[in-house]
Amino acid sequence: MSRILIRGGRVLDPGCGRDERCDVLLEDGVIVAVDAAIETRGAEVIDAEGCWVAPGFVDLHTHLREPGQEYKEDIASGGRAAVAGGFTSVACMANTQPVNDDPAVTDFILDRARRDSPARVYPVAAATKGLKGEVMTEMSALVDAGAVAFSDDGKTIMDSGVMRRVLEYSTLVQRPVMTHAEDRTLVAEGVVNEGPVSTRLGLPGNPAMAETVHVTRDIMLAEHTGAHLHVAHVSTAGAVQQIREARARGVHVTAEVTPHHLALTDEATAGYDTNTKMAPPLRGSEDVAACRAALADGTIDAIATDHAPHALHEKEVEFTVAPPGILGFETALPVVLDLVRKDELTPLELVSRLSTQPARILKVPAGTLAVGAPADVVVIEPDHEWVYDPAKGHSKSRNSPWDGARMTGRVLATVVAGKLVFHADRGVLAP
Amino acid sequence: MIATDLIGIESLERGDIELILETAERMQELGERQVKKVPTLRGRTIVNLFFEPSTRTRTSFEIAGKRLSADVINFSTSSSSLSKRESILDTARTLDAMQPDAVVVRHDVAGVPKRIADVLAAPVINAGDGAHEHPTQALLDLLTVKQEKGRIDGLTVTIVGDIVHSRVARSNIYGFLKMGAEVRVAGPPTMLPPAVETLGVKAFTSMREALEGADVVMALRIQLEREAGALFPSIREYAETFGLSRASLRFAKDDAIVMHPGPVNRGVELSHDLADHRPSVILDQVRNGVALRMAVLYLLAGRERAAEEEEAR
Repeated sequence: MSRILIRGGRVLDPGCGRDERCDVLLEDGVIVAVDAAIETRGAEVIDAEGCWVAPGFVDLHTHLREPGQEYKEDIASGGRAAVAGGFTSVACMANTQPVNDDPAVTDFILDRARRDSPARVYPVAAATKGLKGEVMTEMSALVDAGAVAFSDDGKTIMDSGVMRRVLEYSTLVQRPVMTHAEDRTLVAEGVVNEGPVSTRLGLPGNPAMAETVHVTRDIMLAEHTGAHLHVAHVSTAGAVQQIREARARGVHVTAEVTPHHLALTDEATAGYDTNTKMAPPLRGSEDVAACRAALADGTIDAIATDHAPHALHEKEVEFTVAPPGILGFETALPVVLDLVRKDELTPLELVSRLSTQPARILKVPAGTLAVGAPADVVVIEPDHEWVYDPAKGHSKSRNSPWDGARMTGRVLATVVAGKLVFHADRGVLAP
Repeated sequence: MIATDLIGIESLERGDIELILETAERMQELGERQVKKVPTLRGRTIVNLFFEPSTRTRTSFEIAGKRLSADVINFSTSSSSLSKRESILDTARTLDAMQPDAVVVRHDVAGVPKRIADVLAAPVINAGDGAHEHPTQALLDLLTVKQEKGRIDGLTVTIVGDIVHSRVARSNIYGFLKMGAEVRVAGPPTMLPPAVETLGVKAFTSMREALEGADVVMALRIQLEREAGALFPSIREYAETFGLSRASLRFAKDDAIVMHPGPVNRGVELSHDLADHRPSVILDQVRNGVALRMAVLYLLAGRERAAEEEEAR
């Protein structure tokens, strides 16, 4: 019988609104008590004095690269990086090789995850076969195999007729359809946010309206079909406004934002560092402000990392041909803690955006410290100062714009299913 | 003067530009001699690293290097990391191991010279990167205008054409503004960059208004294959609306000069008679290009030598 007592921390449980100093007792993979002064009774003790204790983070949007691109990441390394960043559950996108558009691939991912990953892994299946935007996948079979959502992610479904049918059909399985909302004809060759920065750098611009136009289309399709539309990595004020209005009139739309779209503007691209190339691109300061405000007022439900590992040599190329995306797991917490330090979010709200809300969107058992819930817990040192070095991180890749950056706040310990899987002083401990 | 590299005009001070122009004027005198060679960069190796086909700029740099007695190596390669399966930074590291004294880089993607300069010990000179900058072109344009007009301060310069895709436009905008001129840009709305006014210029879609009172009119090359049909309806309509001819030039000052970075699409952005005769100064630009590039090579690749000699003493 395994037993862990997390003692003396500030317990943040958005599930019941708890924000108080408590002990948390975990036994046999579930939470058995949250109370003041629980007796040790032979439990392994994690001293959480001065720390926050929260339900493990849930990442709606990651790329674990296995099967097919194991040189960038695999389920084992991605899982280790996840728990090092406090994520106990991660949803992985379907753009593997082969594409996760078949229950056999979903099975494979879950099988590898059980064997190799300290974090729980929830596959997002492709919405259309081969991510081609033409023929929808076997959603029922994929859900039976363990898929939790559907998305063609970066291969945005441009055909409105296909997207309508995908949304319509998804109501059969009651799972969200995640949209990477960028109108590809408006993006064209764009690689940086269109505006003063693209003009100065001489790089092709990707206009904010490419996102706004596409979000608007998808919202209208969701409204018509009654499906659950989830908007991935919102980056523009225009999209925020569309989502806010849609929610007000009762459309089932949820949304996520990445730490980088909350923290960085397109000015970060000034040195042509390909680790500042994202899809959608880093935006202007007004867009960043709109995303932060939307996260605070609940228009954007969740923070998702869009963890996207790429090998060093793949990023050491021309800005236009470099693959978009950056690592997310191990920098997410310190980056978004900035919103708490600036009083834009309370600690409880931040935990809700990182854990409770994404768990609700995916309908997975996580995001709460309720007695009887799975013992997925993260212990946070909010004021710990450190310097991020991706070479010392757990991912196989190093593509991060925060290489060498000073960080405030870190994960002290991560527990999955009642087992200590990460401790800052001891590294990743399991499997 | 200018740091170790010449990546763009944006980061130069006015004093840097003045020093380069003065040095170029001294180099010009050399071009008039029968023996056009001086030993200044003897024993130095200059690599022209061209990822994009170029005859004019590469030849100009090559002649400039040779007149200074440097060993000039032309290294032309396919433009994309993808087709080559070698990353840009690997190419740079390979080159660095051969210990060149200066590297001249051209690439069709913005930012590549900057990334290469970040890993290369030798000075890097940008010979044009995508739609970002083409600093030696702007400097030779400044030299040409300075000599034609006797000054740059207070002049009105109008740049016409595909501003959004033009590195020549960006470098000239920075250069002329830093030297005290007023800069205007003109073209169809589809060819004006977003937020172009943040560069400090006034934007026009009317040629008449753009040229009103201009001292210098610079026409840019239209990329016919890429843009016709996408950014403007047809070559005929472009030539009619934004092509520079004696007729449209009458809106400018009487003594306005006409410039073009070359090569000219005759009858499109510039009429035949304007391309060949004054007030166009296109061949002066080309001539000044050699002297200007000699100045830049001397100031960047030669400076180290001066320091070494100092040390040896």
